[in-house]
Amino acid sequence: MSEPTPAIPADARPRLPRGVRLVHNEAQGGWVLLAPERVFKADAIAVEIVKRCTGEATFAAIVDDLAATFKAPRDRIDADVSALLRGLADKRLLEL
Amino acid sequence: MAGNTAALHSPLGLLAELTHVCPLGCPYCSNPLELDRRASELDTETWARVFREAAALGVLQVHLSGGEPGARRDLVDIQKAAHAAGLYTNLITSAVGITVETLQKLGAAGLDHVQISIQDSEPESADHIAGYKGAFARKRAFAAAVVELKIPLTVNAVMHRANIDRVDEMVALALALGASRVEIAHAQYYGWALKNRGALMPTAEQVERAAAAVADLRTRHHGEIVIDAVVPDYYARLPKPCVGGWGRRSLNVTPAGKVLPCHAAESIAGLQFWSVRDHSLADIWANSPAFNAFRGTDWMREPCRSCERREIDFGGCRCQAFALTGDARATDPVCHLAPDHDTVAALAAAAIRDDEPYVYRRM
Repeated sequence: MSEPTPAIPADARPRLPRGVRLVHNEAQGGWVLLAPERVFKADAIAVEIVKRCTGEATFAAIVDDLAATFKAPRDRIDADVSALLRGLADKRLLEL
Repeated sequence: MAGNTAALHSPLGLLAELTHVCPLGCPYCSNPLELDRRASELDTETWARVFREAAALGVLQVHLSGGEPGARRDLVDIQKAAHAAGLYTNLITSAVGITVETLQKLGAAGLDHVQISIQDSEPESADHIAGYKGAFARKRAFAAAVVELKIPLTVNAVMHRANIDRVDEMVALALALGASRVEIAHAQYYGWALKNRGALMPTAEQVERAAAAVADLRTRHHGEIVIDAVVPDYYARLPKPCVGGWGRRSLNVTPAGKVLPCHAAESIAGLQFWSVRDHSLADIWANSPAFNAFRGTDWMREPCRSCERREIDFGGCRCQAFALTGDARATDPVCHLAPDHDTVAALAAAAIRDDEPYVYRRM
């Protein structure tokens, strides 16, 4: 929190670590991220981003894909995806 | 309770107490004083059914706990059944009385997470608290095996008067072991811990220092390890929202099959619990008298009933209200608005003066 947040490298291949899973559950009202002794609700945007964190796609490719899919400016998508992924990584819910 | 109009939520988590057998004797054990015997334990197939019913009810995570779950010879089959039901499986272990071979099998069968209790950062003190010589060394070895298998690890550190001054060392130990999460969990005074309150209660100064240490450690290790803290509520102004609301988020199945809204619920006299031997989990969740006793807000009296925090902390903890006032419908006396709030500070002060030896948890 003290230092400025470092940018996510374009060639990083974000992925969910073991122990973190994105699942859909009707009874709980949609998509949730399951983590060690914690459960997070995932909104539609978070789901689109996290689904692409397979460990294969690079950060740059994920941003390109989302920008194309949602016809949105690339730099805005880049900022949104960075913020979400950095937040998840800080909670140990994502590996960069 | 008749006429309960509380909305029925889907539970998220199920604590499966597979057995009360445990080699350790921690004086703050969350198991009840009256422990279930081996002969009364549910069999593998019943647990498998419970997990399927839990998943159908909306449960996402199952916590395989005890006692020491490793004391069940069918632990791997039980875990497989939970995994097959689609549940996220979490093993809560003392790391004593469970082998690395079992862990490897669990890992291969899709175990999602392991939580290991560690009693202190000082080996001698840790073994003394656990009432088991050599426990600390075994825990270290087992934690290393968890990390080697790349299964995420949480270290659970129950804090009390004997170890609360070593919050820094506990977090350093968790980091050294490769844990991604550590729980700095102050002892909660029910069951065994209530019996040992005189030996466990920290001083107000210790609690303040520990809180400052946690805040500082969180800043220093941001992104490196998640530090979750459970506050020692005898020194709090606001009560803890017990299990996120009674009968709202979670349920607990005892070794013998009784279903409880929380692990301490049997300490409340007069509640009627249903068993998975006689009812489906869905029936119990919706209709068992114990689950409906304090669900929602209809059961509340003043000052809870009109309180703006009534759906934030739900009147606090029912078990604590009962333990400290004899009335489970009373406002948790930890709350500064409770009529008998002052008695809590007096109890803490009295507990600090009694420096009694531990009454170890034994069958």
